[in-house]
Amino acid sequence: MIDTVKNAESTPDQEQPYKELGLKDDEYARVKEILGRRPTDAELAMYSVMWSEHCSYKSSKVHLKYFGDTTTDEMRAKMLAGIGENAGVVDIGDGWAVTFKVESHNHPSYVEPYQGAATGVGGIVRDVLAMGARPLAVMDPLRFGRPDAEDTRRVLPGIVAGVGGYGNCLGLPNIGGEVVFDESYQGNPLVNALCVGAMRVEDLHLAHASGTGNKVILYGARTGLDGIGGVSVLASETFDDTAGKRKKLPSVQVGDPFTEKVLIECSLELFAKGLVAGIQDLGGAGLSCATSELASAGDGGMRVHLDRVPLRAENMTPAEILSSESQERMCAVVEAHNVEAFMAVCAKWDVIATEIGEVTEGDRLVITFHDEVVVDVPPRTVAHEGPVYHRPIERPADQDDLRANTPDSLPRPAEEELLDLVKTMAASPNLASRKWVTQQYDRYVRGGTVLAQPSDGGMIRIDEETGRGVALSTDCNGRYTRLDPYEGAKLALAEAYRNVATTGATPVAVTNCLNFGSPEDPAVMWQFEQAVKGLADGCAELGIPVTGGNVSFYNQTGSTAILPTPVVGVLGVIDDVRRRIPTGIGAEAGETLLLLGETRDEFGGSEWAHHVHGHLGGLPPKVDLKREKLLGEVLVAGSRDGMISAAHDLSEGGLAQALVETCLIGEVGARVFPEGDLFTALFSESAGRVLVAVPRTEEQRFTDMCTARRLPWRKVGVVDPESQALEVQGLGEIPLDELREAWEGTLPALFG
Amino acid sequence: MRVGVVTFPGTLDDVDAQRAVRYADGEAVPLWHGDHDLQGVDAVIVPGGFSYGDYLRAGAIARFAPVMREVVEAANKGMPVLGICNGFQVLTEAHLLPGALTRNHKLHFVCRDQWLRVENTSTAWTTRYDRDAEILVPLKSGEGGYQADDDTLKQLEDEHRVVFRYVGENPNGSRNDIAGITNARGNVVGLMPHPEHAVDALTGPTDDGLGMFLSLLDTVVKA
Repeated sequence: MIDTVKNAESTPDQEQPYKELGLKDDEYARVKEILGRRPTDAELAMYSVMWSEHCSYKSSKVHLKYFGDTTTDEMRAKMLAGIGENAGVVDIGDGWAVTFKVESHNHPSYVEPYQGAATGVGGIVRDVLAMGARPLAVMDPLRFGRPDAEDTRRVLPGIVAGVGGYGNCLGLPNIGGEVVFDESYQGNPLVNALCVGAMRVEDLHLAHASGTGNKVILYGARTGLDGIGGVSVLASETFDDTAGKRKKLPSVQVGDPFTEKVLIECSLELFAKGLVAGIQDLGGAGLSCATSELASAGDGGMRVHLDRVPLRAENMTPAEILSSESQERMCAVVEAHNVEAFMAVCAKWDVIATEIGEVTEGDRLVITFHDEVVVDVPPRTVAHEGPVYHRPIERPADQDDLRANTPDSLPRPAEEELLDLVKTMAASPNLASRKWVTQQYDRYVRGGTVLAQPSDGGMIRIDEETGRGVALSTDCNGRYTRLDPYEGAKLALAEAYRNVATTGATPVAVTNCLNFGSPEDPAVMWQFEQAVKGLADGCAELGIPVTGGNVSFYNQTGSTAILPTPVVGVLGVIDDVRRRIPTGIGAEAGETLLLLGETRDEFGGSEWAHHVHGHLGGLPPKVDLKREKLLGEVLVAGSRDGMISAAHDLSEGGLAQALVETCLIGEVGARVFPEGDLFTALFSESAGRVLVAVPRTEEQRFTDMCTARRLPWRKVGVVDPESQALEVQGLGEIPLDELREAWEGTLPALFG
Repeated sequence: MRVGVVTFPGTLDDVDAQRAVRYADGEAVPLWHGDHDLQGVDAVIVPGGFSYGDYLRAGAIARFAPVMREVVEAANKGMPVLGICNGFQVLTEAHLLPGALTRNHKLHFVCRDQWLRVENTSTAWTTRYDRDAEILVPLKSGEGGYQADDDTLKQLEDEHRVVFRYVGENPNGSRNDIAGITNARGNVVGLMPHPEHAVDALTGPTDDGLGMFLSLLDTVVKA
């Protein structure tokens, strides 16, 4: 029997499985207080999923407020939509608005790597589409456990194939991302997915449901039993008694990229024809989320006829229909006189579209099922007024010991061992070429990709007439963040910022995906609070706003949390992509290699300490955001005046790794002459450094500019087009073939 | 020169093919899969993607699209037709070209810059190349392994109908390293790599692919 509001009123004491659905005693009590009665099954399903950590941000909300508090009007000037919308939107000039966001799909991807990763891509693409933008590119920051662990061999190939399988079939170029290995991700890989899209400024669509009489139209795929997760508790109770056993489908959603591609083209045609008054994608929490958010965003109420929803399974209950996370669905609010035209566009694309409800007077979200009311709630209480927790915070007991255990006592290599170390590090799983992964991704589709992996940042052209485009990078070093979450978050920001500047673009906005352990662990909450503050303070210092983000908690195995991993994405703007700076050297005859920035003896959390000694301790490298900003300005100026022929950011693995990569990508050799202690010069991970190649004719002009602007620089070598080796003065040389074998051999050897 | 570019649901590289036509000073005419109408174009490109999701078998459903009936008829009368990647798969399914494309031998989708040798420069799409020229264009496909029986292969080789051959390591297990072929008349060409992604060195590895679209211009002007 369907649990109606009438039934709930007459059976106030009926026991409900709210605990199994994840609601605490006091949360359940609050639902009852809001409604003045017990919730129906359908209402319980809605509240439990919408008040979950994932949807309600109940543990993070009080901290995330800090992003807003630290954003000045000046930083906000170019922001057209920010935190709270499906994705942040930035004005990039020439009448273009760009929207971008990164989201996690960690847990589903561990359970079912292919579909988990695939639907992670699908979800973020719909978020961008729901802003009215054409999705233009994706990036995927991925993190795995030990590369040689058996489970990594299950998880990594599946996730990579899922990212590729969905994104390739959707026709979106994959222009970058990360692949990081660390033991802490062993039982909890991180799958973050970023999408960037663009639209004309005047076409920005926000989720609104205003206008009594407007119709609510669900379009896209049918609704099934996939991705129902916890709500199956309700289903089994209902069905075990009456219909006997029923096959449960996996709680990980199953994606269909073809349907999504058609959905994108159909939606863009609907937007272009002005047929959409409000739009919302269906992602986590399915219709529960879409209806309550659309209704909350408008100024009226909403009535939804749940029995009209096209289904792909029989006998679905209202609770199941509301909670289903079936993919490739959108919900639009359409003015009554546009419904016919709306349906015609959907028919052209063979997209199923169904009028499931309308905007009403009043302020209630009323959902009926065969004319019986199964939900009658104030929508804001579902979507926005969930519980808020002030979780206990405590600096981890081991933090001081960890920081006291510096890398200073680790044995360092003798000079004659350094060349071998260059090769060893180039072949280490975290520094080795990502080609095995990225060659499973289409980076060319749509013809706008100007830079993609292995460049420091991805770059796409937005405007074919003017050449205006954007660059993107995502970064985070979880080891740095573990050693100091405040500085570590700033370092992640600094690196993403630097990577974008290294392409020649000017950084303008920030998004994030904050992956942490359990919020119920005070030590984790301390990491979280520190990381949020570090990132927000860093953004204020750089003068660029955080436009959106995502929080993923409970990333841990037993009581062991992952390394705190605040992945930071930076968006940059370039007025003409033709002046982008490539990563590989050798494009011009006769280039000088300059190292911008300062090198210190900094090995805390370094790749060398990790790979060679299995050590994590001490302090991460110092971060100086004023310096990063200056460095960015110099790079952009150099690009604008044609003074830079290649550039590569220094990060994990230091100068040695940057040299290896820039030589191998450019397919030419170089002679370098680092100064001081060679181990430090080659492997230190000091922040704020970029290796640039300048044509000899521009060397004087460029170094004069650096000197005038007080940016430290040093000549560290020359490109040698005749040589097929990397020569380090005083140490000898390594043939590029040998380096390539080391750099490119690792991942194929591990994953086939 | 008016060149039709077919769009099926799930076609992805139609915008790229249209751009390539424009770069060769042609007019790109979008052709919708559901229409029995070629709109009087001089040539047709069936671009890459995943037509109808390619769920049954790559290209297997697309060959039954209304627009394909017109394409087949026109091709049989001599109209230049180019199938790229999924388009090549569609042309083999439609029997405009012999053989079939199967899963890559290593079972992974492969996206990489691929060297090709141009071995037939007398087709409607390859006259601008020097014989045995090597060109670098993107290859991106999961089902790019060219298969045909021994007799068909022999015929293709004997009649010099292998237009493009992979240089270096075979990326997908194609028999005889075949990357692209033509029909007996030389007006229909299909290939797995993507010349339309190599029309500008800014966004592709090279502009080596532009030659195919310029070749078409010559063909159409001559006709």
